[in-house]
Amino acid sequence: MLVSVQEADFDPGAEIVGLSAGDPDVGAVASFVGLVRRGNVGAEVSAMTLEHYPGMTERALHDIVTEASGRWQCDHVRVIHRFGRLCPGDRIVFVGVASRHRGDAFAACEFIMDYLKTRAPFWKREETPEGARWVDARESDDTAALRWGELDLRR
Amino acid sequence: MTIKILYFAALRDALGTSGESLALPPGVTSIGALQRFLAERGESWQALGPGHNVRAARNQRMADAGETITAGDEIAFFPPVTGG
Repeated sequence: MLVSVQEADFDPGAEIVGLSAGDPDVGAVASFVGLVRRGNVGAEVSAMTLEHYPGMTERALHDIVTEASGRWQCDHVRVIHRFGRLCPGDRIVFVGVASRHRGDAFAACEFIMDYLKTRAPFWKREETPEGARWVDARESDDTAALRWGELDLRR
Repeated sequence: MTIKILYFAALRDALGTSGESLALPPGVTSIGALQRFLAERGESWQALGPGHNVRAARNQRMADAGETITAGDEIAFFPPVTGG
């Protein structure tokens, strides 16, 4: 399990390759890459700044990966989340899961993303022609996380 | 009993401070009680009051209002998260 919280960009191809390198038991690698979108609620976003809570962020991501590993067979997991100033088209987040079979890889990857959206302490501040504004949390993100049922991430 | 409090994102901007060290007054023993105590400072501190969507963490893990505070804790208050 490898979690990184960093300002630097990452190479999704290299990360995907790395997830199965040297492990011939891996039969599936599922991955997700999140990007900065240009438009959000009507206004053009020229850039955004991602703030986080150093220490808690890494801990929260580790807890989410541990929970996923308890539910599905996850042979290798990689989570990268960037912070700092990002522009539309820039990569924000990478989640990759290597497993024996695709079912576990797909489900664990989606679970990690859904929980990351509601549990990892990141906050987005968008720059628009009308000025900078903090992005409000979306109820749909809570709903997405809830469909996975009960869990205790405060062990 | 002294604790460390941190504020993040829009909440930090509203309060004008990123954190403080606080000697807990008698009776303030839970996250919820601490939040009410801070909101009672008035003016910008009402951003922690009823009707505001504020989340909390205790020692870098998400915490409910009922969670007990102990000496040396790091408590954080912040808006709902928006990463990913």
